[in-house]
Amino acid sequence: MVHGEVWTIKELFTYPNEYIYWSIQIVMYPFMTGLVAGAFVLSSLYHVFGIKQLKDIARFSLVFSFALLPCAPLPLLLHLQQPLRNMHVMMTPHFTSAIAAFGIVFVTYGAIVAAELWFLYRKHFVETALALKNKANKTAYETGMYHLNNLLTLGAHDISELALHRDEKAIKIMAGIGIPVACFLHGYAGFIFGSVKANALWMTPLMPVIFIMSAVVSGIALCMITYIITMEGRKFLAKRKAAACPGESCADIESVELNVIQMTAKYLLGFLVAAITLELLDLIFRGYTAVKSWDMLRRVIYGKDFYNIFVVQYGLGNLVPFILLLIPGLTIRRAVVGTLLVLLGVFMMRWNVVIGGQAFSLTFAGFMHYHLPIIPHDMETFREGLFGALFIVTSPYVLFFILNKIMPVFGMKESH
Amino acid sequence: MITRRKLITNTLKGMAALSLPAAAFEILTPERLNAIIYNDTAKVRYVFLVDTNKCVGCGLCVKACKNENEIPYEANVTRTWVERYIITRDERHEVLEKVFADSPKGARDGFITGTIDLGHGNTYTPRKEDIDKAFFVPKLCNQCDNPACVQVCPVGATYQADDGVVLIDRKWCIGCGYCVMGCPYGVRFFHPQHHVADKCNFCYHRIKKGMKTACVEACPFGARLIGNYKDPDDAVTRIINTKRVGVLKEEFGTRPQVFYLGLSMEVR
Amino acid sequence: MKSHVWRPLYLAAGLLALFLIARYIYVPKDFGTGERGYRYSFHRLGNEDEWKAFKVKYKGTEYCKDCHSDKYQQIMRSRHAIISCENCHGPAIDHPENPAKLAKETNREHCLRCHFRLPYPTSGRSAIRGIYPGEHNPGAPCSACHNPHKPQEGLR
Repeated sequence: MVHGEVWTIKELFTYPNEYIYWSIQIVMYPFMTGLVAGAFVLSSLYHVFGIKQLKDIARFSLVFSFALLPCAPLPLLLHLQQPLRNMHVMMTPHFTSAIAAFGIVFVTYGAIVAAELWFLYRKHFVETALALKNKANKTAYETGMYHLNNLLTLGAHDISELALHRDEKAIKIMAGIGIPVACFLHGYAGFIFGSVKANALWMTPLMPVIFIMSAVVSGIALCMITYIITMEGRKFLAKRKAAACPGESCADIESVELNVIQMTAKYLLGFLVAAITLELLDLIFRGYTAVKSWDMLRRVIYGKDFYNIFVVQYGLGNLVPFILLLIPGLTIRRAVVGTLLVLLGVFMMRWNVVIGGQAFSLTFAGFMHYHLPIIPHDMETFREGLFGALFIVTSPYVLFFILNKIMPVFGMKESH
Repeated sequence: MITRRKLITNTLKGMAALSLPAAAFEILTPERLNAIIYNDTAKVRYVFLVDTNKCVGCGLCVKACKNENEIPYEANVTRTWVERYIITRDERHEVLEKVFADSPKGARDGFITGTIDLGHGNTYTPRKEDIDKAFFVPKLCNQCDNPACVQVCPVGATYQADDGVVLIDRKWCIGCGYCVMGCPYGVRFFHPQHHVADKCNFCYHRIKKGMKTACVEACPFGARLIGNYKDPDDAVTRIINTKRVGVLKEEFGTRPQVFYLGLSMEVR
Repeated sequence: MKSHVWRPLYLAAGLLALFLIARYIYVPKDFGTGERGYRYSFHRLGNEDEWKAFKVKYKGTEYCKDCHSDKYQQIMRSRHAIISCENCHGPAIDHPENPAKLAKETNREHCLRCHFRLPYPTSGRSAIRGIYPGEHNPGAPCSACHNPHKPQEGLR
């Protein structure tokens, strides 16, 4: 079978070679990239703009952003027909293509986040290495951790007041450079779609801006939900060994958690409004100017995809969480529901752009329907099916778990 | 010590060094490129001419193309295809649409039924007296002068040869599908065996040997012709220059180089 | 002033250098641009020759002329002269070495490509004499009555 034929159903007049070539993994790609960028922007709000209330979530979201980072190009890798040739993008970049700079932007961004993390955790690396060095009867794990931490210090063992002050300054600079690069990384994912002139739904200069806004929204939402989950976990542990750990009581964690969530929700709402405004502007503008493609787009937006766009994306994914988060006296439970719905809304927005953009034929006289492969029966239906997508969604949590062992997010004395 | 000789040579070297980047970074606009290319009559620019008036929809071109270019015969992708358009007069108001089009299996087996495939298992058979006009339109890669597919290829795996033909490097393509999405004409697809982007290349291996493309060779009715636009005496060039020809979807700014005689507004 | 804050930068510079070396080794030496510059013709130059070396399968009617001159002369006098041999007999490739015998099309569908009656105004198809296969001797091979090399000769 031809690539794409498995999940595409054609209706009326389409060109013979037309299939839904960009499927679930291309939905995942901007979604994951958005989460990376959003998580980073959230952490920068504290590091650069000094918004003190976000201090607690800042360190967390930075590490989480780094855990998400390798998972952003993963969907692309699963989508490529020749995944082993992926490095060609870096080897011979053809810069007239929007994808060509991906490797460079991505690596630059990764380097910035890594550097910021290094400055943030250098003291910790040095202290851990020193503590383990003097310890007798090291287990294999401890020996490994010692060498790893020693390596991670990059030989900079100076943790005097002056050196730490320099670290702090460097963090600020790195976070400052990081914001435009994070926005670029994601706005640029929007450009990849927005610049395809052959696709009537994608082609709009607003696409990069819409993508950045929804990226920040989804990034904040995911950080909030993950933060809540880890805090609840800690609360649970604290309850169990309340005696063993007197410094950390349940009530403490709870008040910190609620405070952080309430503050973060305010920023989430702000970006959500901006994102919805831009999306509606795009829709209204298309309807008002009604160029050649509008006849077809109207049939897709108000007909075939009505449920996906207006019920799930705008209704359930935008309006409901907007109200939930806006009502005063935000509770953790409501925040969980709200942020989950926001994530659903952003995911559906990516879906409606990527899949919706291929729901109509280039002939403007036919349609294509996408059927997500659920049970994988070969490599292709795994890679571009439900399980491939689930693999992408879960991988950052595994990475976060590992990273947390090296760079603990909680229970550290703030160095600044 | 600075001698006069040294001063002069160093000045010249410096000037040369300064002038080099200026030339190296010169931005060639498409217009300037055209001026460079089209004024050179010794060169070749392959163009194609389709006379839709002559096409009868036999599909022998599609069959020959698939065999010649090793596109798996049963795969539902093809480098060239033929579309059928039927424009009906809607007197009985049985159906809403008035324009019907189809291309079953890319017309590999021709059109051996009067019934139109609407997809989803639906069909429609227009009555003879309801048909106002009906005709066939062969399609193939337009080998655009400003190819959108080449612009979006991130790795330099698809490119335009000096003679205007857009080729794909099967050993370098990563299979991202951006070119497939970027082409407004839907001529690109993934090759079922090589798993890289594929499309019509005017039978590059044939035209470079002075032969005609497989589809031109196969067409019994002369509906397809290939020529060299840089040769003013070329038969195809003369038709393009002297007759009323059209191109497909010129609004995309791709400057397609497959020209059509007898196009109609219903053609997509 | 020597400060530890530059260490990540040194690391990045080292990795970049490693990458550039890898790139130098990996990228084919003939990667470059053609006449149309970086924008249109950035590619591995050797690929053009790879395409030129692609195997030709359809050799054209002239290829058949010498050995099958009788058939050639026959069809050239008929209205089917416009149809090249390989349309019905299959691509010659390296015939007679490979394949020794060509697989010719004998089914009704092959003839119907042109001779299924489609009375389309504004198309050349309506000018071709056509049949409705369900009404015209269903099931019988066309060549039982018609000689494809001498179609206008009437019934065999």
